[in-house]
Amino acid sequence: MMKEQLEAIRKGALEAIAGTKAAAELDALRVKYLGKKGELTAVLKLMGSLSAEERPVMGQMANEVRAAVEKAVEAQSAILEKAALEAKLKAETLDITIPGKEVALGHKHPMYTVLDEIKQVFLDMGFEIMDGPEIELESYNFTKLNAPESHPSRDWTDTFYLTEDSKILLRTQTSPMQIRAMEEHGVPIRMISPGRVYRKDEVDATHSPMFHQIEGLVVDKGVTMADLKGTLNAVIKAIYGADSVTRFRPHHFPFTEPSCEVDIQCHKCGGKGCPTCKGEGWIEVLGAGMVHPKVLRNCGIDPDEYSGFAFGMGLERFAMGHFKISDLRLIFENDERFLQQF
Amino acid sequence: MILSRKWLNEFVDVSDISDREFDEAMTLSGSKVETVTALDESLKNVVVGKILSMEKHPDSDHMWICQIDVGQAEPTQIVTGAWNIHVGDLVPVAQHKSLLPNGTKIEKGKLRGVVSNGMLCSLKELNLTAEHDYPYAVITPAALLNDYKPLDPEKPSIPADIKAGDKVFGPVVCGKVLECETQSYGLYHTTLDIGGATASPDTACSNLHAGDLVAYNTKTDSICTLEDLHAEQREFPHCIADGIFVLNEDVKPGDDIAVVIGADDHVVEFEITPNRPDCLSVIGLAREASATFGRPLKLHTPEVKGCGGSIAELVDIDIEDGDLCPRYTARMVKNVKIQPSPAWMRERLRNSGVRPINNIVDITNYVMLEYGQPMHAFDFSCVEGGHIIVRTAREGETIQTLDGNQRKLTPSMLCICDENKPVCVAGVMGGANSEIVGDTAMVLFESANFNGTSIHRTAAALNMRTDASSRYEKGLDSMNTLKAVERACELVELLGAGEVVDGVMDVIAKDSNPVTVKLEPEKVNGLLGTDVSREEMVRILEALDFKVEGDTIHVPSWRSDVEHYSDIAEEVARFYGYNNIPDTLSNGLTARRGLTDIQQTENLLGSVCRAAGYDEIITYSFISPTYYDKIDLPKDSPLRDSLKILNPLGEDTSIMRTTTLPSMLEILTRNYNFRNKSAKLYELGRVYFKRADGLADEPKVLTLGAYGDGMDFFALKGAVEAVLKQLRIENVRFLADSENPSYHPGRCAKVFSGDRLLGVLGQVHPHVAGNYGVDAELYAAELRFDALYENKGSKPLYQPLPKFPAVTRDIAVVCDAAVTVGELEDAIRKGAKGLLKDAALFDIYTGTGIAPGKKSVAFNLTLRSDDRSLTAEEADADVKSILTALEQECGAVLR
Repeated sequence: MMKEQLEAIRKGALEAIAGTKAAAELDALRVKYLGKKGELTAVLKLMGSLSAEERPVMGQMANEVRAAVEKAVEAQSAILEKAALEAKLKAETLDITIPGKEVALGHKHPMYTVLDEIKQVFLDMGFEIMDGPEIELESYNFTKLNAPESHPSRDWTDTFYLTEDSKILLRTQTSPMQIRAMEEHGVPIRMISPGRVYRKDEVDATHSPMFHQIEGLVVDKGVTMADLKGTLNAVIKAIYGADSVTRFRPHHFPFTEPSCEVDIQCHKCGGKGCPTCKGEGWIEVLGAGMVHPKVLRNCGIDPDEYSGFAFGMGLERFAMGHFKISDLRLIFENDERFLQQF
Repeated sequence: MILSRKWLNEFVDVSDISDREFDEAMTLSGSKVETVTALDESLKNVVVGKILSMEKHPDSDHMWICQIDVGQAEPTQIVTGAWNIHVGDLVPVAQHKSLLPNGTKIEKGKLRGVVSNGMLCSLKELNLTAEHDYPYAVITPAALLNDYKPLDPEKPSIPADIKAGDKVFGPVVCGKVLECETQSYGLYHTTLDIGGATASPDTACSNLHAGDLVAYNTKTDSICTLEDLHAEQREFPHCIADGIFVLNEDVKPGDDIAVVIGADDHVVEFEITPNRPDCLSVIGLAREASATFGRPLKLHTPEVKGCGGSIAELVDIDIEDGDLCPRYTARMVKNVKIQPSPAWMRERLRNSGVRPINNIVDITNYVMLEYGQPMHAFDFSCVEGGHIIVRTAREGETIQTLDGNQRKLTPSMLCICDENKPVCVAGVMGGANSEIVGDTAMVLFESANFNGTSIHRTAAALNMRTDASSRYEKGLDSMNTLKAVERACELVELLGAGEVVDGVMDVIAKDSNPVTVKLEPEKVNGLLGTDVSREEMVRILEALDFKVEGDTIHVPSWRSDVEHYSDIAEEVARFYGYNNIPDTLSNGLTARRGLTDIQQTENLLGSVCRAAGYDEIITYSFISPTYYDKIDLPKDSPLRDSLKILNPLGEDTSIMRTTTLPSMLEILTRNYNFRNKSAKLYELGRVYFKRADGLADEPKVLTLGAYGDGMDFFALKGAVEAVLKQLRIENVRFLADSENPSYHPGRCAKVFSGDRLLGVLGQVHPHVAGNYGVDAELYAAELRFDALYENKGSKPLYQPLPKFPAVTRDIAVVCDAAVTVGELEDAIRKGAKGLLKDAALFDIYTGTGIAPGKKSVAFNLTLRSDDRSLTAEEADADVKSILTALEQECGAVLR
């Protein structure tokens, strides 16, 4: 009799438990079968009416039923929890194509991005970076650099002057930093000096009255033109790519002797001549030369003991080539739509 | 310098070398080639034709159908609208599939139904002019009465039905051309029917053909031009001074016109550096080409026959200052006949970019191009006293130069003068008072050497840089003057332009010292990093006309740029080949130092700004003085004391900025006007302050600027605080600043570290924004880099993490609305008894429940001890003390 009851409880409970859909429902069943006033408890209360032989048998059976129901509740609970979590996660599904929350990072100006790249190349080669004044003495900008008195770049049509006697001007090149480096730091020197320079050019697609140059200077015992070539070729390969082809052409600067200009072969046409290189096959990238003995002497350095090389390059033209910027005015216009492209 | 390759070949034969090879080799040896142009590239299939017959076009009143012999078996037919041609004329014929210099392609076609196998060319269509290139080809049209179009159809000056013999006015009658034949080039013999009689005037008018009606002046026996009739061009639309270029050359049908006009030349444009004025000449470049290609240089020694007489009897020459004029060489030509120079000379000048004028002027230009020596020709009859004095101008002297301008001379300017007046600004431009004119009979050729710097200053002061002055200012070879004047006189005799008087006036006021340099092959190789042999060096130098004797190099007089072994090294390197010098890396003895602390700090500032969303800008260092007004800077502000550029491009870029604010506002405004919704910008740029020594202090300023969504004072302050935090700047204080006229008086702060002012930040004053035309809130901060750098905190040292838990307490106090959060924070810190770690503002409230004029401010307090867990009582005691301080200091009571 009790056995049947227990069997019925087990059967009924397991079926009911398996059929539950929610945690509350399962909990109600647990109370219904296993609670203090539950069905199993009710049956157990009748144990006293059993015979001594039957009692342990039924007791064992009752424990088994309890264990089975408890296990079933546990198992079902796990199933329901899992289902509930799945349902919750499903409900939380996002449209991941919605744009992310903006982290508005600022942008470095493209020209300074390029400048930093170039600086790094020189830093890696052991150069220092020096900074100098833009309002400069005529003697540093011209005379000590061996520029003749009649050099056209001294004209008031070419250079901005701040005094009537033409003694103070806006530097037209970063080359006065050669003099300052030699005078203030002495030898040996291995430095670059980037900065703003000024020339009296009207603004157009390729000209600006203010632009940037990078000057370089190496002075030491036994520095040769071969060192100049080796260094500049290494720099050019680092900046323009290892497959860059260069040529060194004789040129003239008052402050170097011998002087040269350096061209790279046009990357677009491979030297055949195209609109990019204006048909020449070559694009001029920098000017350089061995520091003129007069310049060394002007800075108190004995040219018989020391020699050196210097070089200079324009930054704007390089940045424009690098990023294919078509008009110099964009560089100084500072339109956000331009700045944020880089 | 534009070089004709045909001319060059006279001195060094490189005719077999292609343009490309020539360009490359000359460029690599130091004469940079800019462009090479084949002049006949743009002139194809145009030949000389001879007009065999002409007939009127049946369907046109002004076109002719011509049969032309172009050197082929059969004549070719061409229709033309030009009226200045006649049977027998030699003309340029652009044949089917020809190309003209202006890019026009000519093909055969039909003109009003008649086949035309090409086109006859005018001078203009060949890119030439009569004035400069073919003076003989000037066209003088007669006024053809059959072409007359009255200005007022109601009142014609000449009746439409006028006929031969009718009177036009005065002695002028209408004549009908019966015959017109070419007598000699440009001269036509006509037979006219003048009404019952005939006349046979000769005329230079080239637009006459049988049947034309002309105005014939019976008194002068001449055919009237438009000018003679005082007629306007539009009254005779087809009687124009334009037409076909009728050749007066020794040519035959079929000849290539490119050859005829000398366009069968290739011209090379060089960029000659200022240290090589000797290369601004055909001979100088020939010497370079000779060394470059290893070909012999063929120099020519001018020979002058002379006509007797003696220049010394005609002219005296005195030089007052030998430093300004080391040498003055002159020769005299008499019985001068001014006329056009021959075709070959005109072609060479033209191909070299110089316009031909007349024989004497052309000779001076020709010699300048060939020898690099500027020449001047005076009309000697205008030189008073026959005395040339080379002196500086006297105070108050003036001269009208050849360009027609009156020039004020100053005592620093060197002039060529006669006994009474300047006749030439030395080395710059001649005076109109001694200009070569049509009836000039006596010419004095000047070939002088002047001080380059003096010429440069004079040309700059007079603002007239001429071909001559730009050569002189580079410093010319004083040994060249004699050769050049001899060459000019040789050309005078060759051209039959006059008779050269015997003798040369050659005044040497200052000897030139020949320069020698020691040949030191090991030093040259040491500088170049090469191993060039002594023999090779000598070979290179001798190819350039240096003379080497033992260890002594004699530098040629035209190479004043060579004075040191480094100059010799350049000569050697140029011809050894720059690209044959090896590549080595020097051993750097300098210790690598990398970026300095300042440079790293600058980079760090940039990084913080970009992390805060600010984009970098670059602005001009110079601004307009009006920009100070735009930012409402007081008139007496010391910031207005800017360094001024004395020769600015324009007012907008005329002074060096003392503040970066206007630069930033310009860019913000520009972005605003571009309708960019928001902008956040920064620049680390310099400002420029006057210094006692005339130079400037150039400190850098970090400028932030912004507008748009989410931008307010606290967004800006947050960015500034981020910068200060990144630099670990301590004791930061923000003080309200209502006095700065550029900023909103209630939204501006000065920021300090301790007592050191770091900068200012705030909302730009709406009035200032209005000055820029911006109707939005603009924000800006200006932080001095030097102040930031000098207050940079030291590197961080590890602080042990707290071992004991913190107690937090929220408090809300009510105080007068005027009390600032900063004051409340100060009071909290003052009241704390050592346990307070942080007081964080989390709410400010006004409104319901708070009395008017009051506000509620809430802080989250964090209290902690480093050596024990706090009890609630300990924390409460601290909070109580804080509340007491708040009440005492700020009248703030717990809410």
